[in-house]
Amino acid sequence: MDFLQTVKIALRALRTNKMRSFLTMLGIIIGIASVIAMMAVGSGASYVISQQIASIGSNIILVIPGSTTSGGLRTGSGGAQTLTSDDVKAIMAECPSVDLASGTVRSSGQVVYGNMNWSTVIMGGTPELFEIREWGIANGRGITQQDVDGAVKVCLLGQTVADNLFGSADPVGNIVRIKKIPFTVIGVLERKGQSPQGTDQDDTLFVPLRTAQRNLVRSQHTNNVGALIVKAKSKELLTKAEEEINSLLNQRHRITGGKEPDFSTRNLSEILAVAEQSSKAMSLLLGAVASISLIVGGIGIMNIMLVSVTERTREIGIRMAIGAKKNDILLQFMTEAVLLTMLGGLIGIALGAGGAMVVSRMLEWPTLISFQSISIAFVFSGAVGIFFGFYPARKAAGLNPIDALRYE
Amino acid sequence: MSEVIALTDIRRVFTMGDQQFEALKGVSYSISAGEFVAIMGASGSGKSTCMNILGCLDRPTSGQYLLDGLDVGAMNTNQLADIRNKKLGFVFQGFNLLARTPAVENVELPLVYAGLHSRERREKALAAMQQVGLAGKENNHPSQLSGGQQQRVAIARALVNNPAVILADEPTGNLDSSTTAEIMSLFTTLNKQGITIIMVTHEHDVAAYAGRQITFRDGNIIGDTK
Ligand SMILES: Nc1ncnc2c1ncn2[C@@H]1O[C@H](COP(=O)(O)OP(=O)(O)O)[C@@H](O)[C@H]1O
Ligand SMILES: [Mg+2]
Repeated sequence: MDFLQTVKIALRALRTNKMRSFLTMLGIIIGIASVIAMMAVGSGASYVISQQIASIGSNIILVIPGSTTSGGLRTGSGGAQTLTSDDVKAIMAECPSVDLASGTVRSSGQVVYGNMNWSTVIMGGTPELFEIREWGIANGRGITQQDVDGAVKVCLLGQTVADNLFGSADPVGNIVRIKKIPFTVIGVLERKGQSPQGTDQDDTLFVPLRTAQRNLVRSQHTNNVGALIVKAKSKELLTKAEEEINSLLNQRHRITGGKEPDFSTRNLSEILAVAEQSSKAMSLLLGAVASISLIVGGIGIMNIMLVSVTERTREIGIRMAIGAKKNDILLQFMTEAVLLTMLGGLIGIALGAGGAMVVSRMLEWPTLISFQSISIAFVFSGAVGIFFGFYPARKAAGLNPIDALRYE
Repeated sequence: MSEVIALTDIRRVFTMGDQQFEALKGVSYSISAGEFVAIMGASGSGKSTCMNILGCLDRPTSGQYLLDGLDVGAMNTNQLADIRNKKLGFVFQGFNLLARTPAVENVELPLVYAGLHSRERREKALAAMQQVGLAGKENNHPSQLSGGQQQRVAIARALVNNPAVILADEPTGNLDSSTTAEIMSLFTTLNKQGITIIMVTHEHDVAAYAGRQITFRDGNIIGDTK
């Protein structure tokens, strides 16, 4: 018997009980729709996270003062200031796997322009900082080595700072006051967006490192830096660079034996690993929810298919009497079950995709409906039909034609 | 004439729990191509049991059954399904048509399982419907047909595969007398065209249409007009 005919027979059987077929599919529809919607929202989330991670820059190692604690990292701001500009120079000079390094200091305070004022993060850095973070200038110029060496009172504005102080006007060339000290705005940075921690990276103002060390942070030695940001030559050299930095700084800071280091390093791949882990946990959870709803839907299918086999016992008898083989009957009922689940799957995919689109519109949250998730959902719905349709179909195929014909 | 059916000492014992019931107690007869045979007997005498065996829907407990020279007893279920599909045509008392399915598709059904393509199926089904006088009713569903018309659809379905034998178990049992006469004259016409027909009935006037009557009582043959 040709397959097309089998499908036609199955479709007719489903059509004769439209309402029942629909209700039977509902379990699958809801299951698949929620899976598709959740996957879309989930992969939208991991897309955002990966964008944010990329926004930090690539192949980056952070060196921060203070040692690691089991809970994570100490921020080092306000903590011990153990790193200096000389450490930065040494790393640049002596670590072969390191491409660029910059010391940074961090503070926060009021920035005033005319009658506008804005409280923001103030970062001191060197020209390398912007190269490492792959952060371009939208308008004006960047911080130069001369600005750093001369501790010139100039500043670069993040987009958020620029928007809040200047609105749509061009800030370049204007004077702002940072902690009451006048600075000339030399440029505005490109927009960066959110960091993986959820802070607005554009809500930052940059000044030359030495300017910050002298004027904006209070410390005993103006040579101190808050943290180092280092770029390895390549992704492969990331770990090597981290080792080189560790051994160099241990040596420079005279950390020997059991003495706890007064700094710690973190590389981007660790942040990535954390993000990856959480997205893995997320998909595991989604998978669990998906399988539960599909199992529930599948049981519904099995239940209705069993009812259908009983109702159509006579039909099965007729078909067998005129030449249907066991396999023909088996295939017919399997096809019915699989059509039910696949149809439910298709409707569920459409509903889920629609739902995800609504979510992304309403919550302004990006959703990603991948071809992969759609095909997985589709294949899964078919597999549910095969799995839960098999028992009823085998029951139908195992009927004795004489008994089946006599069934009232 | 060649023998289409040859039964030798057919027994059929039904076992229900620890009880045994012998519905056929060693039945032997043969039927030649082109015969029209009526099987008669009281209710419970074993007519249907014998028909089920002839129709390859059931297997005898012992004895030999040759259909068109083939030993049916040696065949597996798939082969039996093939035999039912290609060599036999069934007409039942209750018509046994598929509801909510157009008449022509009911007639096509054996050809579906024979693996014919749809155009060929439709051609043969239409011809069979013409043969039983149902031209124009192709798209009616069984519920839109009278009892006599439904039985004609069933006969067309039995004919469509060009079987060696048509087996009819009380084909007029659900029909009134005038419709019975119509169906019987259709059978007679088909038989004259060379089709072998074996029909179960317990009505003598129906049996009279057949050329030969075999009579059952309590699982034995007690009469054969051959
Ligand atoms: N599947 C079965 N199990 C047990 N007994 C059966 C079965 N089928 C038929 N019989 C018995 O066999 C006898 C013959 O039945 P059947 O051939 O149907 O009679 P009829 O001549 O009326 O068609 C009856 O007594 C019936 O009860
Ligand atoms: Mg009977």
